[in-house]
Amino acid sequence: MIDFKNVSKTFRLGKREVHAVNNVSLTVNEGEIFGVIGFSGAGKSTLLRLVNLLERPTTGTVYIQNIDVNSLSSKELRARRQNIGMIFQNFNLFNSRTVAGNIAYPLKLTGLSKQGIKNRVEELLRFVGLSDKANDFPNQLSGGQKQRVGIARALATSPDILICDEATSALDPETTAEILKLLKKVNKDLGITILLITHEMHVIQSICHKVAVMENGEVIESGDVFDVFTNPQHLTTQRFIQSVQQDLPSVNILNEWRLRGGKKLFRVIFKGDITNDAVLSQVTQKHQVHFNIVYGSVRELQEKLFGNLLISFEGNQDAIQNTLDELKTIVDIEEVVQHEG
Amino acid sequence: MKVDWTTFWPRIVESTGETVVMVIATLVFGSILGIAIGLLLFVTREKNILENKLVFQVLNILINIIRPIPFIIFLVAISQLTRLVIGTTIGTAAAIFPMTIVASFSIARVVENNLVSIDPGVIEAAQAMGASPLRIIFTVLIPEALGPLILGLTFITVSLIDFSAVAGTVGGGGLGHVAMTYGYQRFDGSVMLVTVIILIILVQLAQWLGNTLSRKFMRR
Repeated sequence: MIDFKNVSKTFRLGKREVHAVNNVSLTVNEGEIFGVIGFSGAGKSTLLRLVNLLERPTTGTVYIQNIDVNSLSSKELRARRQNIGMIFQNFNLFNSRTVAGNIAYPLKLTGLSKQGIKNRVEELLRFVGLSDKANDFPNQLSGGQKQRVGIARALATSPDILICDEATSALDPETTAEILKLLKKVNKDLGITILLITHEMHVIQSICHKVAVMENGEVIESGDVFDVFTNPQHLTTQRFIQSVQQDLPSVNILNEWRLRGGKKLFRVIFKGDITNDAVLSQVTQKHQVHFNIVYGSVRELQEKLFGNLLISFEGNQDAIQNTLDELKTIVDIEEVVQHEG
Repeated sequence: MKVDWTTFWPRIVESTGETVVMVIATLVFGSILGIAIGLLLFVTREKNILENKLVFQVLNILINIIRPIPFIIFLVAISQLTRLVIGTTIGTAAAIFPMTIVASFSIARVVENNLVSIDPGVIEAAQAMGASPLRIIFTVLIPEALGPLILGLTFITVSLIDFSAVAGTVGGGGLGHVAMTYGYQRFDGSVMLVTVIILIILVQLAQWLGNTLSRKFMRR
């Protein structure tokens, strides 16, 4: 659907060159919610604007449905843009127009009849749950309502693609959850491909299928959200994941545990479907070892389970070693070393 | 030597009418020209929708040349041009010409300043929807800036009332002319007082109208 092929964007700031996007290649497939995460200044905002050519690539090519967008004439580009909805962190609604007027704006560009526009606006207001706000002005709305209007406006022309520029970053957690739910509905019910950028890992965790991590203009890691979450390669990725799921107790607790003569800690990671097998219990019983869950979490990611437990064992040293050896054939298990945390 | 007020009132009414005509005519022509120049100035700015360094610089310098010239000097300086265009340098029409030129450039600056304060994100949103630059000018820039723009035009209107009085002193007609000939040159304090009061009322009216109108369009 969207293909970035070795795309770079360089800005000139005085005599200095800034490589906002540096040799990025990514593919967003049809029907996906693709999230790009990075700290501010990582180049994700520029990357997003290369899709609808609000920024033109310095080198490389962006293809949308196999068409090089840079080759379009300005008229073709405007038509193409009507097929790519965009929403923004600060909503960017027209303050001089009512809610209905905002949603009608992109429809007027397509030359739809007055009645056609009216019907479509009503339909969209119902979809985003703002039918009673049609005649309000944006300054009368809350942040969440403004973003709903933004989404309705972006969807007005029935685009194939929706691009979201930090769409929830200006919202409180509750409103963020509502907007994310709405985006999920947009993707599922309308089949619209979504490319979003964010600096919040929970946005990726809650709605994205694929993720790319950006740093200094480059994509340092990308793949299925489940794979990246359960097996992050890059330090930055690990830090982002730590921000939504702490996989270790705090240093204080760990130190106290060790001071009190706590046993060796092992991290058990398991992924996939829920199984009926009482694995831990069976293996430890077999070797006559007791286990103690010290810390941990099991969460759902992309409709799969991802567990991360810290366990200590009690019993005969050899028996513990045998237990570990057997467990290693079933789940990921490794000792938590001293310097961790 | 004092005026006879029983016969002088019609003269005052007529002069007030001339002043109002001068101000309104200047406002209309000046707004058309000024808004056009202001928009052009804004859209040709660096990184804007129709970026054009040459056009921007020429307009910018032109405005900076015209605006600092005191109006009374400008009025006299371009009198030859006024004669060429209007056919005379005396009367209401002859005053409207230089007033319009000065007003246009002042309005252009006011328009540009108001447009600069529009959130660039809103313009970006319109671009992302596939709106053409011309479309953005008429359906985004103007409506979004309308409230403060009306306040700016009100400010200009008040200074136009001032300009019309200045024009009156050098043959332009209107209240300024009456105040100068009867109030100043004939030392008739009552004429001076009456014209000043009328000018104050005109300014108040213009300001009230501007405030009311702008409130209707202010949506921030």
